[in-house]
Amino acid sequence: MATINVSHARARGLPREGGPAPSARRRKAPLGRRVRRNLVSYAFLIGAILCFLVFSWYPIVHEFVLSFQHLNKFGQTEGWRGWRNYQNMIHDPSFWTSVRVTLVFTGLALIFGYAVPFLLAVGLNEFRHAQGFFRLLVYLPVMLPPVAAAFLWRWFYAPDGSGFFNTVLHFLHLPTSQWLQSPNNTFVVLCMVIFSTWSNMGSGVLIYLASLQGIPGELYEAAELDGAGIFKRIWHVTVPQTRLILSLMLLTQIVATMQTFTESLALTRGEPGTATLVYQVYQDATNFGNFGGSAAISSVLLIVLAIFSGAYLYVSRRVAEE
Amino acid sequence: MTAFDTHTRTLISRTQLNRPLARRLYWTALVVSIVVFAFLFLFPLYWLFSSGLKSASEVEQIPQTLIPHSWQWSNFSTAWSSYDLGRFIFNTAYYAFGAVVLQLVFDVAAAYALSKLRPVLGNVVLGLMLATLMIPATVLVIPNYLTAVNVPVLHWNLINNPMAIWLPSVANGFNIFLLKRFFDSIPEELMAAAAIDGAGPLRALRSIVLPMSRPILAVVSIFAMVAVWKDVLWPLLVINDTSKMTINVGLLNLTGDGIPLNIEMASLAVAAVPTIVFFLIFQRNIMAGLTAGSLKG
Repeated sequence: MATINVSHARARGLPREGGPAPSARRRKAPLGRRVRRNLVSYAFLIGAILCFLVFSWYPIVHEFVLSFQHLNKFGQTEGWRGWRNYQNMIHDPSFWTSVRVTLVFTGLALIFGYAVPFLLAVGLNEFRHAQGFFRLLVYLPVMLPPVAAAFLWRWFYAPDGSGFFNTVLHFLHLPTSQWLQSPNNTFVVLCMVIFSTWSNMGSGVLIYLASLQGIPGELYEAAELDGAGIFKRIWHVTVPQTRLILSLMLLTQIVATMQTFTESLALTRGEPGTATLVYQVYQDATNFGNFGGSAAISSVLLIVLAIFSGAYLYVSRRVAEE
Repeated sequence: MTAFDTHTRTLISRTQLNRPLARRLYWTALVVSIVVFAFLFLFPLYWLFSSGLKSASEVEQIPQTLIPHSWQWSNFSTAWSSYDLGRFIFNTAYYAFGAVVLQLVFDVAAAYALSKLRPVLGNVVLGLMLATLMIPATVLVIPNYLTAVNVPVLHWNLINNPMAIWLPSVANGFNIFLLKRFFDSIPEELMAAAAIDGAGPLRALRSIVLPMSRPILAVVSIFAMVAVWKDVLWPLLVINDTSKMTINVGLLNLTGDGIPLNIEMASLAVAAVPTIVFFLIFQRNIMAGLTAGSLKG
């Protein structure tokens, strides 16, 4: 998730030192020295450039090329298919199931994974004690190996009496549930979202707490003098003051949840009808050797995510400027 | 009640909080929150470790026991030895360490060149690197996988090779950007002084830039390490030799094994320990890295 957090650096970087007009000096340097200087520069750059070339720039182009190709199950190109991969994708019901699962996941994650951490942070920020304790606890699941956390929760969600949730429901004399094996897809996705929220909310809470601490106390003071109650103070002071962080986190959340994979893989194995798009990509490629079809789904996802990421970069620049 | 006074004011004012009733409410809310948080975030871990201690019949028992009746410490050693957890953890640490080293070498060198040496077309290169931030690695798994199977031009097969994890981790536009911004803040005068003293670019990097950049190097190292430890999809695709798997992929592999539930929980607990210890040791750096930049200005 941190991979697209540009605001970080912008905020961190100090204003650049002017230096003694480098251009004037450089223009006088003899050609030989300039060539040498550039060779040295590119010697420093070459390792990173090669890695970007092989694992970022080329794959972006390659993805679109692959999506128009027919590949065998070893991933070797066997000719062109035109739009066929895309046509197959559109006519494949499992594609639409995974689109639906992904959208429902993202939607529910906006309610749980996005709103809940903010409200938690607003509440925690009022405490003058045990702040470190809260931070530590809420961030703990973020550090666990994701598969270990998911397997633990899969057992919590066990449909029989041995599952933790069913044990609790049983103890309270409430009807138990099938959880992840429920016939209701949306409910299963909800269970996935709840797990996902538990394991990821730490970073959100910490980022919100940091930005809440930047709100000047006088604003609350003034609002209180105007007779604003607690909820009005949240709405008219807290929310506007954290507006940019909120929109940044919204975009982060959308980009992150649209790539959900581990939840599908480790909680449900994509069954029944709970495969996310990335899981579908993984499965098409590995189980069915359908690399062209996988590339078609990825290409669509790539365009959608690039739009959200672009918006993120735009907003994060504004955060840095403020 | 000094804690009340030194803090800047938030949603609720100090005077309001100092009233006897409000103070009682505050402490009640605090205690309730501590209990709820402990339940939400600590209890699952307690459940994990205590279930790993139980006997095979006790862990399946309905209703579940809160405290294990019999403490079978041997479950942890069984998990450790029969499921090769030590190897998985070692592999993951090895991949993480390699990713840190490679990123520190190549990304620091690249950021240094872009920030201080300023080559021709440096801005174009930087722009192209930053452009990759718009495309999450997840959507590139298919072409990346095919690249790992058969690296263009060189025709290497990187499957089951640590390089399959290390090399893509170097292509990290975000870390290069972080490093470059930090290097930009190192005064040009210092660099000029070093040049007058006859220090070449490598010498200047080693004796001026690197010593001044320890905080950002720590942040980048932690990001690199956590990224490897948390990744599932990529190692699942490129590492299929059981003896070379990461901990996440190794755990995924366990389930098909008809492994008893108590041993499974013990395995998960063992898998979680290194990350918990790492977190407890480096929590300050981890949290600082996470939040520092998200603050305004």
